[in-house]
Amino acid sequence: MIKKTSKYTFGIDSFGDLATKEDGKLTSYAEAIRLVTEEAVLADKLGINAISLGEHHREEFAISSPEMVLAGIATRTKNIKLASGVTVLSSDDPVRVFERFSTLDALSGGRAQVILGRGSFTESFPLFGYDLEDYEILFEEKIELFAKILEEKPVTWSGRTRAALKDADIFPKTESGRLETMVGVGGSPKSVIRAARYNFPLMLAIIGGDPARFAGYAELYKRASEEFGNTPHPIGIHSPGLIAETNEAAFKMAWPLFKQSFDKIGRTRGWAPWTPEHFDNEVQSGSLYVGSPETVAHKIARAMKVVGAERFDMVYGFGPMEVSARKKMIELYANEVIPRVKELLGEK
Amino acid sequence: MIESVGILGAGKLGLVLARLALKAGFKVNIAGSGSPDEISLSMSVLAPGAVAMTQADVIKQSDVIILALPLGKYKTIAVDGLDDKLVIDAMNYWWEVDGIRPDLDDVHKSTSEIIRDFLPTNRVVKAFSHMGYHDLLDGSRPANSSDRKAIALAGDNRDDVALVEEFIDKFGFDPVYIGALQEGIRLQPGSNLFGANPTKKELLELLNHFSDSDLGKRLA
Ligand SMILES: NC(=O)c1ccc[n+]([C@@H]2O[C@H](COP(=O)([O-])OP(=O)(O)OC[C@H]3O[C@@H](n4cnc5c(N)ncnc54)[C@H](OP(=O)(O)O)[C@@H]3O)[C@@H](O)[C@H]2O)c1
Repeated sequence: MIKKTSKYTFGIDSFGDLATKEDGKLTSYAEAIRLVTEEAVLADKLGINAISLGEHHREEFAISSPEMVLAGIATRTKNIKLASGVTVLSSDDPVRVFERFSTLDALSGGRAQVILGRGSFTESFPLFGYDLEDYEILFEEKIELFAKILEEKPVTWSGRTRAALKDADIFPKTESGRLETMVGVGGSPKSVIRAARYNFPLMLAIIGGDPARFAGYAELYKRASEEFGNTPHPIGIHSPGLIAETNEAAFKMAWPLFKQSFDKIGRTRGWAPWTPEHFDNEVQSGSLYVGSPETVAHKIARAMKVVGAERFDMVYGFGPMEVSARKKMIELYANEVIPRVKELLGEK
Repeated sequence: MIESVGILGAGKLGLVLARLALKAGFKVNIAGSGSPDEISLSMSVLAPGAVAMTQADVIKQSDVIILALPLGKYKTIAVDGLDDKLVIDAMNYWWEVDGIRPDLDDVHKSTSEIIRDFLPTNRVVKAFSHMGYHDLLDGSRPANSSDRKAIALAGDNRDDVALVEEFIDKFGFDPVYIGALQEGIRLQPGSNLFGANPTKKELLELLNHFSDSDLGKRLA
């Protein structure tokens, strides 16, 4: 069991990838959603601190409504935090986002976390009738409104991207008085500064390259927070990984899974297919946390140290991974990796 | 002689290029879409030494201008004062940011030619466009390192190409000239080179197999 007094938080993240069942067939979307729910229940039992579910609207992923799945998880779990990773605020309505997550917060006894972001995909824009031309202003205005709503007092607001509000009171209120909210950021310095301005904790999505380069972003977040007169919050990292008993087993399993999923997404963007060297680089010195528990623990500890992060969320079950291997991975993460990372970070 | 580098775009790519240019000993001027205040803190932390200024000042005060803004916004480039300066175009059509833009996805015209036609200057060289920004940041190496990576470039004027080749070398990469500006299309999304992080030998090999790539097939 993981001790609760730790200053560190460890989570698992999923987009609801369709997994491979025992009979070799892919799960249906419905099965994939139930699978994540079972995995969250397991993660809670094993003491993993958080699960984040990302909003996507594409055929590889089953989760388009993270908070619906999280609500299902809420009533069957006790301690695990229930996060979105991320909620694509630009193409959503801040009022409704608050209403849904404060409902989740009620169901879970205060365990809801909204991670706001722009996401790395933009398929939600045409789907919900938004124009990519307005990418910037949509996020800017909606995060401003959301920050107001979080005060849980009647809101007066007007802007270009949504109907104005006058003394609008929004329900349900949370028991704690504050819905936990973070901002997920890729590589854009502007987004880092925005998170600091609204005094939201920062979640860094690091999906490629040496995590050390994000140390500068952490510093920028601190400096910007100070300039805005805010106290900087702890920083989190979100990166993909795959854990198996041995390095060999993990590499062998991970290569086709990562290649297949990254190539499929990359192809629509005109990105060249992954080469074995690319995969090796990411595993050795980049941002794929693939290997035995010992290997992965060292890699996570290093990343957390160089960035100065207090939270690490691993995207698990990437691509059509086998259901049993996903379960095994969660067990290894909870029972071996997390305690070892804490030890490496000097926490007993 | 290039002494000062101006970068338009202070996002992921612009920052990395600013860092590489500073490391190579250049003076670096940089602008985002808005006022210098909006980016000065980011620059002081992430690329210390780079000077945040307005687009117009970047253009005025720099020997070479690198375009590192979203391609779909190219018409917002402040072209005044560009005259006949050397411009390096590092931009790509990225539909998830730019939206669906058939004008930027034309098999008969490379996007760098569109940029050349738009700018007052004819001196446009395409470079730094095909490699992901973190590969660019992590991959810079001194000359003759065995794991040095390569950057392809395309341009019409041999003297300008030579300048940019020298420039790429100073940034820590082997330059590989692939031909006139219109040939730059072979570096665009859909090419087997796009997003690749090759050594010089591997890059030449990729060029040989370009016709098998999605874009190669579209161009055939
Ligand atoms: N990311 C990569 O790995 C990579 C690699 C090779 C090439 N590229 C190309 O480089 C370009 C930039 O990509 P990115 O990933 O760096 O995007 P990004 O992070 O979104 O940054 C874009 C930057 O351009 C600025 N900008 C917009 N209009 C401008 C203007 N008229 N003058 C000056 N700056 C302006 C933006 O300012 P605001 O934030 O104020 O709007 C922002 O700082 C794209 O064309 C992309 O295809 C990217």
